[in-house]
Amino acid sequence: MSVWTWLASWPVLRQATGEDRTGRGAAVRSEETERKRPRIADADRVVKSVCPYCAVGCGQNVYVRDEKVIQIEGDPDSPISRGRLCPKGSASLQLTTGPARRDRVLYRPPHGTDWEELDLETAMDMVADRVLRTREETWEEEYAGRRVARTLGLASLGGATLDNEENYLIKKLLTALGVVQVENQARVCHSSTVAGLGTSFGRGGATMFLQDLQNSDCIVIEGSNFAEAHPVGFQWVMEAKARGAVVIHVDPRFSRTSALADLHVPIRAGTDIAFLGAIINHVLTEEKYFHDYVLEYTNAATIIEEDFRDTEDLDGVFSGFSEKDRSYDVSSWGYENVRVAAAAGDRSHHVWEGDEPAVGHAGRPEQHGSGGAVLHEGARQDRTLTDPRCVFQILKRHYSRYTPEMVEEVCGIPRDVFLRVCEHLTENSGPDRTSAFCYAVGWTQHTVGSQYIRTASILQLLLGNIGRPGGGIQALRGHASIQGSSDVPTLFDLLPGYLPMPHAYEEETLDDYISAAGYPHKGFWAGMKSYTVSLLKAWWGEHATAENDFCFGHLPRLTGSHSTYDTVMAQIEGACKGYFLMGENPAVGSANSRAQRFGMANLDWLVVRDFSLIESATWWKDGPEIESGEMRTEDIGTEVFFFPAAAHTEKSGTFTNTNRTLQWHDRAVLPSGDRRSDLWFMYHLGLLIRGRLADSEDPKDRPVLDLTWDYPLEEGDEPSAEAILREINGHDADGRPLSGYTRLKDDGSTSCGCWIYCGVFRDGVNQAARKRPGNEQDWIAAEWAWSWPDNRRILYNRASADPEGRPWSDRKALIWWDEDSGRWTGYDVADFEPDKAPGHRPSEEARGVEALSGVDPFIMQADGKGWLFAPAGLNDGPMPTHYEPQDTPFDNPLYGRRSNPTRLLYPHELNRYHPAPNTPGALVYPYVVTTYRLTEHFTAGGMSRWTPYLAELQPEFFCEVGPELAEERELEHGGWATIVTARNAIEARVLVTDRMRPLRIQGRTVHQIGMPYHWGPNGYSTGDAANELMSIALDPNVHIQEVKALTADIRPGRRPRGPDRVALVEEYRRRAGVTERTGTEG
Amino acid sequence: MTTDERPPRKGFFTDTSVCIGCKACEVACKEWNSVPEDGLDFLASSFDNSGRLSADTWRHVAFIEQRAPLGHQDSGVGRPEGTAGPVDLGMPAFEPPGAGEGGGQGDFRWLMSSDVCKHCTHAACLDVCPTGALFRTEFDTVVVQDDICNGCGYCVPACPYGVIDRREVDGRAWKCTLCYDRIGDGLEPACAKACPTDSIQFGDVDELRERAKRRVEDLHEAGVSSARLYGEDPEDGVGGAGAFFLLLDEPEVYGLPPDPVVTTRDLPSMWRHAGAAAAVLLAGAAVAFAGRRS
Repeated sequence: MSVWTWLASWPVLRQATGEDRTGRGAAVRSEETERKRPRIADADRVVKSVCPYCAVGCGQNVYVRDEKVIQIEGDPDSPISRGRLCPKGSASLQLTTGPARRDRVLYRPPHGTDWEELDLETAMDMVADRVLRTREETWEEEYAGRRVARTLGLASLGGATLDNEENYLIKKLLTALGVVQVENQARVCHSSTVAGLGTSFGRGGATMFLQDLQNSDCIVIEGSNFAEAHPVGFQWVMEAKARGAVVIHVDPRFSRTSALADLHVPIRAGTDIAFLGAIINHVLTEEKYFHDYVLEYTNAATIIEEDFRDTEDLDGVFSGFSEKDRSYDVSSWGYENVRVAAAAGDRSHHVWEGDEPAVGHAGRPEQHGSGGAVLHEGARQDRTLTDPRCVFQILKRHYSRYTPEMVEEVCGIPRDVFLRVCEHLTENSGPDRTSAFCYAVGWTQHTVGSQYIRTASILQLLLGNIGRPGGGIQALRGHASIQGSSDVPTLFDLLPGYLPMPHAYEEETLDDYISAAGYPHKGFWAGMKSYTVSLLKAWWGEHATAENDFCFGHLPRLTGSHSTYDTVMAQIEGACKGYFLMGENPAVGSANSRAQRFGMANLDWLVVRDFSLIESATWWKDGPEIESGEMRTEDIGTEVFFFPAAAHTEKSGTFTNTNRTLQWHDRAVLPSGDRRSDLWFMYHLGLLIRGRLADSEDPKDRPVLDLTWDYPLEEGDEPSAEAILREINGHDADGRPLSGYTRLKDDGSTSCGCWIYCGVFRDGVNQAARKRPGNEQDWIAAEWAWSWPDNRRILYNRASADPEGRPWSDRKALIWWDEDSGRWTGYDVADFEPDKAPGHRPSEEARGVEALSGVDPFIMQADGKGWLFAPAGLNDGPMPTHYEPQDTPFDNPLYGRRSNPTRLLYPHELNRYHPAPNTPGALVYPYVVTTYRLTEHFTAGGMSRWTPYLAELQPEFFCEVGPELAEERELEHGGWATIVTARNAIEARVLVTDRMRPLRIQGRTVHQIGMPYHWGPNGYSTGDAANELMSIALDPNVHIQEVKALTADIRPGRRPRGPDRVALVEEYRRRAGVTERTGTEG
Repeated sequence: MTTDERPPRKGFFTDTSVCIGCKACEVACKEWNSVPEDGLDFLASSFDNSGRLSADTWRHVAFIEQRAPLGHQDSGVGRPEGTAGPVDLGMPAFEPPGAGEGGGQGDFRWLMSSDVCKHCTHAACLDVCPTGALFRTEFDTVVVQDDICNGCGYCVPACPYGVIDRREVDGRAWKCTLCYDRIGDGLEPACAKACPTDSIQFGDVDELRERAKRRVEDLHEAGVSSARLYGEDPEDGVGGAGAFFLLLDEPEVYGLPPDPVVTTRDLPSMWRHAGAAAAVLLAGAAVAFAGRRS
């Protein structure tokens, strides 16, 4: 440095000689300031990734320097998120690089009082040994005389936060091992979506994509806290609003979503079917439906069986109801003279018997995730819609008593507010305008969850809002790949692509299976055999031949429900001994957390794979039952393995977001320490198990040994996710990637791991990794990643054109028939055969896809129509009916039946229900409770409560109550309250707020209590778990739990400690007269 | 740097009418600037647990629950015919349904607003800083240089908004830098980049002022009469803020001073007066001496 430079750097001199004479600018710049550059400017590379939190699927740029992640920001190229991130996404640097993540394997021996360290290799060996030991001990070759070839001694939970490729390997390996109890968060969150949308339209995914909301003229958000739970997706609602759309939020509480709505409609939790049913009634009686759409594209004109009886006739049940079994014989719900496939013929058990799993088809409705229920022949129609037995008239009659007055009585919504919603919705629907519904788990998590979704589906069909720009139903998913974990299912009742898991009774052979699931005569399910054979080829390769039924016998068989809640009961009973938790925290996130822990305390071994020591990993040491003295650590024999998991930045793979879009994320850095991806874990566990069985002659080991299990390894011995995605996509006999599922064959010449994902590797290119910037494309952005099916972004978009193939209006044009080229053309990929003319009418003999006419937009449905009335596919009714929640303060003013008569109940000492309304005991639990998410936290908290930047924003568990309730129960703002149900008692800080207002219902005042469910006793921000309060009461279609509407008591002050907590719950039960029968009737 | 090379003044326009209160700005700011987490304090202040701007909170989202009609937190642009005007929230009155037609309903709204350093045209913090730690950048923003700051704290009481603050652990003063490092490289500040609804907009202050004016006009047209700008006026007490706001109520409601004045405004006149007084004294003394001589 020359003397002059040195002198010139002297601020005083700079001030004296430069322009900045006051010394407030350039003159005082320090050396550090001169050198200041954004740290990302020095990054070695920028890796394209996807946010690991909710299912909006925001693009992320991960900046890496010296093999360390130094920054994570929104990716402006993403047409979904446009570079924006919510607080959780913004905190993902801290999530993935912060000190809260464990990096060593931990082991707790049986009866041990503390963790021990264990090396990864030993731990993997021990887990492999335990899997095989438990499998051996609990193997079930036959059940009730039928071959089942399975084990109920093992179970797995988790997958919605994982990549599709990881879910694929979990399902593949565990199924080959004969494990059927494979479940994930999708069961608990959106299983009812699959049944509700699937039976209505033919596929269980959202009919639209988030960006399409900008085209809506009216958006009804109901059963969702959209702005808080999916903040970046909410930008599209704001876009619509800026363009003049009306935004309506129907919700028990005034949330941040309501704050941005034009109209907030407070509703009593658990009454949405009454509300939506009344809108249906309004639309029908005021003749506001879209006549041509309804006539041509729905089953409104179809004639139903003569012996069908409605809930109007039978006081709240449909024909075919058996009081004894509490289930339906659905044969009278069919189209006249049309045989319906047996999909809903067998049903799962309805009251859990404890000692033996009941027999029946559980969860079959979920098969409609891609492909509706099956009919065999064409049905008679009345195109005047006047026949009293046509669907239109039946629907009209079914909802005739769902009046504005009834809405007041049931939901607590004043008539004028109700009518304003009707007006907004009907004014903004029709040829020139479209409205959208957005919902989430506020609808799905009920004992009538599937029917909530059905009600919205019916309404949207009547208004002509499906398959059209700005119209549709957005099922807002809340985990990065919860859609993916249904598509490539870690679910007990499904195989990839919504193929049903085979059932022991009628599905012994492949042909039995195809015909039992209902080989349809019309629509794309006709390809079911091709899809199934190709899957079997993907799993068992050369071993799968036509001679051995393509190894169909390698699949374990179902005999009943093996949902996660059945598994918990089986654990409590001691039947299920080994448990994998992969990125899921049931001790906080599942209904009745206490029962979850009692289940885990009865296991032989438990494997937890997560970032931090979540509650499900440490309950044996510091769980609530240890504190209460109900369990003693020394007495608990469960062996616990904790494996630290890799983060999204440390592995490659695809997430399927709420748009059904598969988005590839690249690995940015290798995971450190013992951290590994779930792909690594499953793959290497598979290798170890196969190694141990290599010499086995036992037939039960054949499926494991025959498995295709040789994936190329990358750095860190990580199996190649891309190779697995290729297997999912499938290939032909020459190994060439298939371009789409229409290429699949049933002769064993093609292989495909998930038929609906076929095409994701079209032309040998990873289509999910396409990142053409959104601002270089139109609003559909078809070249950003890849959506199933076949990169179609709006499903059923044939319905965006009139029967002749012309757009219903210029304003709402999407695809149309181009006479000159003889093809469908437009902005989106047609969800239709591209060259099938609108005027095409199939011959009588036509079958399968051939049988679809040019005016059948719902190509996965057996009749090509949207189903206002579901003649098959659901276990609890062809049309949604208002039933009260399991725990409710009110009788059902519409029918003698209070609650869903087919709901699934699990009476047990750990799972007591509340007394019927209008009995003395009911007053012991007088208030309505609902739960929800906050923007600042994520699900059971594993990815937010340990993250300081998020924890400080919402540091404590709280409940929200209105000032009236606060006064009634002497609750102090900012103080503590104890909330009690027959299951447990928890404490929460109190927020007294006008956002919770009481409702007037049936002449009574109803107070509602709101509670976020993110907390648990571990982590940086701690609190009680709201799910302690919940009972296990399930939807009969899909086994989803009711946690969005229940009753409870609230009292001031903190909850008792130690044994006194249990005593308090006991005292409440005693006062309420709760017995094992309580709540099981009615 | 010569005046010719000077880039246009940069700033924030925070449009609170589209804020969803998600706090992405708070987190994105902390992640980028490595601002420490500052404790788990449950404040029972609606959904605000950050409390206020401080050395460890450079963006702060305020939550205000009001018994006032909704529709004022409303984008309101391009509203179709017949739907303009304040929109009723539909909260039922505490009376039998149906009886509450009209009047009893719609008396609730929830305002959210992300506050930040105003980067004043006349910045008192900068005026009083004795070390040159605070300086005005080429973007006309006001930044603390942490390698210079000695923690004297003069700037803290000088700020008319109570923004700048000393960090307990090191005593130095910290506040929003408008991501000086990022904007110098052509990047957006972290908070504005993350903001899911574009409530926080970053850009040239002149352009932002234009945009903000249009936005207020649109909102007024849509019947949101309470919309007003705060801090955009170059004639105000701080000579206009580089970070200004569209509010839906009086500034006090959001915890903002209604009429902030640069605390050093009167310094020149004070010095002048002091000088005059000194001169008078001197003159008096001189006269006295002179008088004695004579």
